[in-house]
Amino acid sequence: MSSKNPVRRAPHFVAEVDEGGLGAVDAVRVSERKSNLWLDAWRDLRGRWMFWVSAAVILFIVFVALFPTVFTQAPPNDQCFLSNSNGGPQPGHPLGFTFQGCDVFARIVHGTSTSLTVGVIVTVMVAIMGIVLGAFAGYFGGWLDSFLMRIGDIFFAIPYILAAVVIMSMFLHQRDIWVISLAIGFFSWPATARILRSEVLRVKQLDFVMASEALGLSRVRTMFTHVLPNSIAPVIVVSTVGLAAAITAEATLSFLGVGLPNNIYMSWGNDIAAAQTSLRIAPQTLIYPSIALSVTVLAFIMLGEVVRDALDPKARAQR
Amino acid sequence: MFWYIVRRLLQGIPVFFGSTLIIFAMVFAMPGNPILRMFGDRTPTDAQLAALEAQYHLNEPFLTRYFLYLGDVLQGNLGETFSGQSVNEILGRTFPTTLRLALLAVLIQLIVGVLAGLISGLRKGGLFDHVTLLVTLVLISVPVFVLAFVAQWFLGIQLGIFRPTVGQGAPWQDLILPAIVLAALNMAYVVRLTRGSVIETNNQDFVRMAYGKGLRRGRVIPVHILRNSMIPVTTNLAADFGIMIVGATVTEGVFNVPGVGNELFKAINRHDTPEIVSIVTILVIVYVLVNLFIDLLYGWLDPRIRYVK
Repeated sequence: MSSKNPVRRAPHFVAEVDEGGLGAVDAVRVSERKSNLWLDAWRDLRGRWMFWVSAAVILFIVFVALFPTVFTQAPPNDQCFLSNSNGGPQPGHPLGFTFQGCDVFARIVHGTSTSLTVGVIVTVMVAIMGIVLGAFAGYFGGWLDSFLMRIGDIFFAIPYILAAVVIMSMFLHQRDIWVISLAIGFFSWPATARILRSEVLRVKQLDFVMASEALGLSRVRTMFTHVLPNSIAPVIVVSTVGLAAAITAEATLSFLGVGLPNNIYMSWGNDIAAAQTSLRIAPQTLIYPSIALSVTVLAFIMLGEVVRDALDPKARAQR
Repeated sequence: MFWYIVRRLLQGIPVFFGSTLIIFAMVFAMPGNPILRMFGDRTPTDAQLAALEAQYHLNEPFLTRYFLYLGDVLQGNLGETFSGQSVNEILGRTFPTTLRLALLAVLIQLIVGVLAGLISGLRKGGLFDHVTLLVTLVLISVPVFVLAFVAQWFLGIQLGIFRPTVGQGAPWQDLILPAIVLAALNMAYVVRLTRGSVIETNNQDFVRMAYGKGLRRGRVIPVHILRNSMIPVTTNLAADFGIMIVGATVTEGVFNVPGVGNELFKAINRHDTPEIVSIVTILVIVYVLVNLFIDLLYGWLDPRIRYVK
């Protein structure tokens, strides 16, 4: 009502507003410094030594995995002479020999791709399963949510290495990279699903999701184009750390004797297990593969930690 | 509290049946006839096959077999290994040792982990804090068997402080080294949780109040800060336990501790599938129960938890 009646204005006796301060606000060109989660994270990462160290180590490891022959000419699995058994370093064989007389350095270099491949396959698999199940559970809610989360509880209740031990002992004669990746990944998706679900629950309350639905996009389309991209950040962190966990899991399974067959794949876990008997006389056969394994895992965990800090605005504000 | 317990118990039921069903399904989905494997090279007659299939309920439908198996497990009959030993007997013999090892490990973990977390939390950003964070990073990264070997080689063989392998009857002093390794596995999480939670508690009003009314640090830190920071650490014990099961398998294998983990380790190396499955089933059941117990404990410790959802 009141808006229709013209308001009688008082004569203008207020002093001129000093627009100097406001002018400063206007002078900030909003378009100049774009700011979103990923850009901020990148700006944060750029200035941290841990990020560069871990990224450099990971790039190096990937390079070793792709081109092992650049680093060593010695064959990892044949031309092993028992006369070299547990021998010390020789020209061309910088780290000495294993119990079977194979070149330790060559086995480490060639084992890199095994570890990395298993890690990547498991991570991709777990991420896909976790994202799809977590997104549907979180976004659609209701009985689908309860059902998927109860299934997740069940899988979560089985320590995944134990499950993998059972699966691997079932596949005694068909062990390869895919089987071991499945065995590890099949029981580790619930953590990813849970994290994505809680993030989706938060994001789906936001205005742009309602706007998208109001504009007539289907719910599935909205989920994939608006909800998922905005809730994926924690999954990236979990996946980076998960890659490290998968590499550890592969090595642990190989160490336990339910990993990849020793004669076909070079695996750090296998080598460490084999070196166990020579611990007293030839510690080098055990120490070097252990270092390779630990450094690889450390690099991914460090990357996961810095990325987590960078993607978490709260943690950023505290620093 | 009553409804919290009821709800939590009801939630536990599908988890219990689901997890045992999955293990059962994994084993019995495997190709090949287990009866034929029992005979090795010889071929049994049809009558023998039928009799054995009936004896082991292999002719029943899948779900019936699952419930028969679950009934057996719940009645405490865990079956036999390939060599005919009873799994009950093996577990009865080895379980006490594993329990002692685990207790020792948890004790070390709590004393060292909570203390380190407390100090680095109180002196956030100090030298000790930075060093501790770096050490935890390394502890998280080094796989348990590597840690076990390094400890065995360095502390056991090079320095000779501990015996590198556990002797007959697993006396306490021999268990210290494996327990340290087992504790180190989760130490990082205990330290970090304690640290984070101490920092949070340290900023609370009641702590300022306690200092304000003139209490000494010696009283405020243990009574006001530490007690209130222990809740997340307690809940972490559940996840801790899962990691410890796997860790115990490796550690006991390396140090030759005569425990459940070592038995599993040996069963894996012998390819003794029935024994592997029995032990894993028991471990999963124990894990589910421990989780349940810790959740109830959590609800008791922190009343806020009871009313969520």
